[in-house]
Amino acid sequence: MDVILFLIFAIIAVVCAINVVVQTHPISSAISLVGVMASLAVLYLLLGAEFLAAAQVIVYAGAIMVLFVFVIMLLNAGAETKKGQSSMALFLGGPLLVALLMLLAWFVQQLFPGISVHFGGFRGGSAQDVGRALFTTYLLPFEVTSILILIAILGAIVLARKEMD
Amino acid sequence: MDSFIVISLIKVVVVFAVLLTTLAYLQWVERKVIAHIQVRPGPYRVGPHGLLQPLADVIKLITKEDLVPPYVNKPLYLAAPFLAITMALLSISVIPFGPVIQVAGYQTAMQLTDLNIGVLFVLAVSSMGVYGIALAGWSSNNKYALLGGLRSSAQMISYELPLSLTIAAPLLISNTLSLRELVEKQAGGIWHWNVLHGPFPQIFSFLIFLIAGFAETNRVPFDLPEAENELVAGFHTEYSSMKFASFFMAEYANMITVSCMATLLFLGGWVAPWPAQYGSSLVPVAIFALAGVVALYHGMHPARRRDRTSLPVFGIIFLIIAAVFLLPIVQSWLLPLFWFCAKTGSILFLYMWIRGTLPRFRYDQLMGFTWKFLFPAAVLNLLVTGLLVALVS
Repeated sequence: MDVILFLIFAIIAVVCAINVVVQTHPISSAISLVGVMASLAVLYLLLGAEFLAAAQVIVYAGAIMVLFVFVIMLLNAGAETKKGQSSMALFLGGPLLVALLMLLAWFVQQLFPGISVHFGGFRGGSAQDVGRALFTTYLLPFEVTSILILIAILGAIVLARKEMD
Repeated sequence: MDSFIVISLIKVVVVFAVLLTTLAYLQWVERKVIAHIQVRPGPYRVGPHGLLQPLADVIKLITKEDLVPPYVNKPLYLAAPFLAITMALLSISVIPFGPVIQVAGYQTAMQLTDLNIGVLFVLAVSSMGVYGIALAGWSSNNKYALLGGLRSSAQMISYELPLSLTIAAPLLISNTLSLRELVEKQAGGIWHWNVLHGPFPQIFSFLIFLIAGFAETNRVPFDLPEAENELVAGFHTEYSSMKFASFFMAEYANMITVSCMATLLFLGGWVAPWPAQYGSSLVPVAIFALAGVVALYHGMHPARRRDRTSLPVFGIIFLIIAAVFLLPIVQSWLLPLFWFCAKTGSILFLYMWIRGTLPRFRYDQLMGFTWKFLFPAAVLNLLVTGLLVALVS
């Protein structure tokens, strides 16, 4: 049951990810990206990390992608036209993609040998566990990230200010 | 295992049948409330007191011609109403209506499923609901629909911040994300409800939640996305028949979800305002008996000719319901359900009352209000709550 669900949502995630690149209209690409985020959330849920799944949907699918869609709608961006496709990409693209995937598979095999996936076996995915980990073990990276985000916000305001004056 | 599946199926069917009927009748109640605020009778023709009006509306909407304009972006245009109604109906699946009960030897909770991240689930699903509206506005290829969709997405993104912050404050007090445990922590009476509970009563949180909830559901006075005097009908201008109806149903389903969440987070869910040994179990009996007597009295002195038969029938029905509340067999599940419906219904009534009272905001007022007042107020409330919870515990 878990494996079937995993396969269904993994396939949906991959198809949506390919669709992000293939679609010519920005809105369609953005919606496909929402599909990727949502199916990733389901995969987290299957593994037993329910807080992470909810956060994935709320933050990525619900907040960031809504902003993307909002900006695309506001600028009223039209469909892009395909032109100037190089023949090199057609010949080399396929083999290179296969090589990259095999390389990735080999690295995963080398880094985590003999580890099998247990669906729903992960304990420690609750809100309490995530909160405790963030504020004890990973306190420094967490705080540094928050300062980084603050700097980014300030930068955005400064840049927008310059345009206004 | 098999009995679990059967019970779950029965619960799904019951909950969704009740939810869809409530959606249809909420519309009738709203028209009646608005009508009485404006001193007119409201729907009166179809059935006694217009009670069959929702049925007539449903038949009308189903049999209308389903137009698809030629210039729309078809896949997204067709997906948008589906997305809106699915996300709106989905969140009811984690709302608990009552405690764990015994029915015919089986033990089951009055809730479809108890997630340990129930609050986050509702937030996630409702944040996905924005897509239905935004995509409907964009894919219609109509400038009024686009403006409506843009306004709606901007409004929902902005009001989601104070909404989420006010949800966080009662969670700090209750220390759980499961909606069932949230209610169980508030048991014992009105002074244990999060809205009045120490160390910091969540009264401000409750008010900000209600205001932001009104904006999230695009209701008056924040119904800018469908301001009919500026935008025809906003994001659903190009929709007809059942596609229009699904946006309409989604709006009412979201209203119900926000009211249920306010009840669960702040008003103690299905918990009675004071313990049963001081007579809280007699309140529904008194209310229904009073309603029955009033209806019978007005049936004796009818204002309209049709009331001569309909009002006495209503009065007798109310008296029967009052008698049912006295039966000990049903009290274990009927009383919690009554309190839950009474609290949720009061908030829904507030929605209608405000719709009949307040005019619409201007767009800059709408945005200024949330960013300059609601958001700082919600942050301050969360800070004070967090500080006091940390000091007390």
